[in-house]
Amino acid sequence: MADELYLLTLHAAARGLRSGTFSSVELTRSLLDRIESVDGRVGAYLTVTADLALEQAADADTRRASGRDGPLLGLPIALKDVLSTAGVQTTCASRILEGFIPPYDATAVTRLKNAGAVTLGKTNMDEFAMGSSNEHSGYKPARNPWNLDKVPGGSSGGSAAAVAADECLAALGSDTGGSVRQPAALCGCVGLKPTYGRISRFGLIAFASSLDQIGVLTKDVTDAALLLGVLAGHDPRDSTSADEPVPEYGGELNGDIGGLRIGVAPEYFGEGLDPQVGDSVRAAIDDLRGLGATEREISLPHTEYALPTYYVIAPSEASANLARYNGVKYGLSDPQATDVDEMMARIRGRGFGSEVKRRIMIGTFALSSGYYDAYYVRAQKVRTLIKSDFETAFQDVDVIAAPVVPSPAFDLGAKLDDPVAMYQSDIMTLPASLAGLPCMSIPCGFVDGLPVGLQLIAPPFAESRLLQAARAYERARGNLPAPLKAIDAA
Amino acid sequence: MTTASATAYRVVIGLETHVQLRTQSKMFCGCAADYANARPNTHVCPVCLGMPGVLPVINREAVDHTIRTGLALNCEIPEYAKFDRKNYAYPDLMKWYQISQYDLPLCINGHFDVEVDGATTRVGITRVHLEEDTARLTHVTAADGAPASLIDVNRSGSPLMEIVSEPDIRTPAEAMAYGEKLRALLRWIGVSTANMEDGALRIDANISVWPQGEPIGDVKVEVKNMNSFRALGRALAFEIERQTGRRERGEAIEQETRGWDETSGATRSQRTKEYAHDYRYFPEPDLPPLHVTRQRVDALRAALPRMPDQVAADLIQQSAPEADVAELVQDRPLTDYTLAVIEAGASAGEAVTWIVHEFRRALNAQPNRGAAIPIPPAEIASLLTLRAKGSVSSTMAGEVLDEMFATGKAAEDIVQARGPQISGQDELLAIARLVIQENPQAVQDYRDGKGRALQFLMGQVMRITRGKANPKAVSELIRSELESA
Ligand SMILES: [Zn+2]
Repeated sequence: MADELYLLTLHAAARGLRSGTFSSVELTRSLLDRIESVDGRVGAYLTVTADLALEQAADADTRRASGRDGPLLGLPIALKDVLSTAGVQTTCASRILEGFIPPYDATAVTRLKNAGAVTLGKTNMDEFAMGSSNEHSGYKPARNPWNLDKVPGGSSGGSAAAVAADECLAALGSDTGGSVRQPAALCGCVGLKPTYGRISRFGLIAFASSLDQIGVLTKDVTDAALLLGVLAGHDPRDSTSADEPVPEYGGELNGDIGGLRIGVAPEYFGEGLDPQVGDSVRAAIDDLRGLGATEREISLPHTEYALPTYYVIAPSEASANLARYNGVKYGLSDPQATDVDEMMARIRGRGFGSEVKRRIMIGTFALSSGYYDAYYVRAQKVRTLIKSDFETAFQDVDVIAAPVVPSPAFDLGAKLDDPVAMYQSDIMTLPASLAGLPCMSIPCGFVDGLPVGLQLIAPPFAESRLLQAARAYERARGNLPAPLKAIDAA
Repeated sequence: MTTASATAYRVVIGLETHVQLRTQSKMFCGCAADYANARPNTHVCPVCLGMPGVLPVINREAVDHTIRTGLALNCEIPEYAKFDRKNYAYPDLMKWYQISQYDLPLCINGHFDVEVDGATTRVGITRVHLEEDTARLTHVTAADGAPASLIDVNRSGSPLMEIVSEPDIRTPAEAMAYGEKLRALLRWIGVSTANMEDGALRIDANISVWPQGEPIGDVKVEVKNMNSFRALGRALAFEIERQTGRRERGEAIEQETRGWDETSGATRSQRTKEYAHDYRYFPEPDLPPLHVTRQRVDALRAALPRMPDQVAADLIQQSAPEADVAELVQDRPLTDYTLAVIEAGASAGEAVTWIVHEFRRALNAQPNRGAAIPIPPAEIASLLTLRAKGSVSSTMAGEVLDEMFATGKAAEDIVQARGPQISGQDELLAIARLVIQENPQAVQDYRDGKGRALQFLMGQVMRITRGKANPKAVSELIRSELESA
């Protein structure tokens, strides 16, 4: 049994630790061994902090022995490399931050540590969270554990792959336009992006500040609720974090969903949606109806504008957020340069990957004098319309159900030369991001041996309702008849 | 500037004033804002260093200071304000963008009255907004002889307020008066030290010259680097001369930024329009819009001191001399003190004049002078009353004041201890006669019309009476003795 501890969920492992069936050191070792044996093929991690993890695990065991407990005491969790970790290299998968060791923890990391978690290391991602396949990592691509020729999705591809390959019990990710939900769907794990402002962004290295939100990738809905309870809450260091009470997500999880009104928008089931993915999502909605929920058709008429809107706003903010990386204070440096302008130009030329450069240029252009009104200002207006689409819909329904991604995971390299095709991968996750709404991806089937996700979207701060619906579905669904993961074959 | 060109051309000047605010902490982080005597790069943290993933948090005190300034400049305080990112790449800017305010500043539409030679000009205040200061670059030559630039991040993220005037200023003298009066006001309301020499107050000017009768166009020249009001006046005078000359020769005036060079006494082109920045302003997504409630504005307004103009008008009405009042209201603590002295019973005219001249001299002479004035205002009022009654001479009042500073004793007690002033006719007459008798040369000088002889004889009487004689009485006595003899 001890050698398969890595297969556990957070809540099952927590039971085992509390009952003394195994120790946190044993659990952590099991995961480090698993990482050791599979990560060469998956590429989920950029940094594994084995010694630190074992130290934290031993400390957790000591604390437990002295009668103490914590919601995550002794539970090993992976962190997307976009989160600042004091004393541990943090790169955002960018060469420009190579060697950067922050002197501070992100608030989310502090909260995990305060809850007793063991941190295993930093997971791979698309550089600065820009991408949908993890191929834009400045270091190495991550692969889909179900089929190693396929992408795990992105930008939290490393976190999703690590959860799916059982290289951690759960992982933190970040979602700007779908970066938690999309890889969760493609890797067959649960992905939760809470309401914008629900989790502090302090220490989350910014891509697009008005959209970035920390999310969680877990093996089941119960674990997502457990993690959200630890992470949620106001932080005086983040002025955009919400001063809203944090409910007991776990306590309300198994409630009855009889009478829950589920909205289904035809805009999410149109052209471009793989019919088998569509069938899978519809079947999941039928399962929810079987639990007493009702289905209503709703309209989200501005959905088609989400993609262009997002690709103006996010790059605009990114163009400013990424301006600070100039090689003066941290990360790459260039002793050969003879003057400051040359040094900065060389560092940025060398340190940023092509996708990051593309978005910096798009954003710089969109904010330029003479174009600002036509692009940025107009995009903000459309964003307001998308938001009000949802507000109108939520007058009649409690949650919205939709696909997460139009099709299952694609081959590595398939969309690398076609940025627009890559961007299309996010069309179903972008609207909820632009509206700042809580949303989830829950595994709901397989197409061609690859996972498919059901997306649920709720009104602001209705995470309890969202989790309840997801958990109800998960119970009704039972264990999916899953194929063997490539990573476990042979 | 020649008189001919002065009449043939209109001068249009607007001023942009940057003011470092006096706050506990920096604009968006917890670092102490007072880094004046700190070693370079010791007042820094991840936020003001612009490290990855950190976020700004608005300093309430800086917002309050800006609103106070806006209220003192008769501005409207809109209910909503926001911060924006101003993007430009420069090594002194840690994030390569500055958090500033673009289209929704904290204060708008104010005005400020400026006096030059008795004439008042109303200068419109376009806006007052809040932003963060940059780090400081020092250019040096390294040990190997190569040029190097040193960065001190202590100043980075300090709260900086910008006051933008309407182009309502017409002469260098008005610009200087605006600057001087603004400095006094900022000190008065306590938002800044407003010292130009350490950069707490920096004034840039926009200036253009147009032929009389023709419309005023868009082209203007921005002049920077003036380190004193005198430099401001000189730079503007130079620009008027230069631009007028170009107009007269039929040459175009280029939109550009020019720097004032103190040594050559000229402005020099720094940046022309082609190199003008596109700052790509957009709303700061890390900070929600600021909701400035009416209650907050009302509370700040209620807590504002009366403005120097109002206080001055009051004092002048109570027959204090205008020049002395103008000087007094440069100094808020001294003005408050003077008002307290008047409140305690002194006459406004005497109090103002005596405090501006006599009292301030004594105060400034105090070693280890703290911020507070150690003598209770009522004591000064009582000393002034004794002086008004003639029981203390002017000379003696000064000495009593010095003793009050030195010992902390009450004015009355000191005067009592010194004994009352001698004004008894008989006693004084005896002394006067003695002095006249003993100084025949002075008496002769007096008769020869040398005015100073009387002063000398009076001095002798004062010496004998150890300053306790009423000078007026002594002077009359000596004169009548000499005339009658
Ligand atoms: Zn700081």
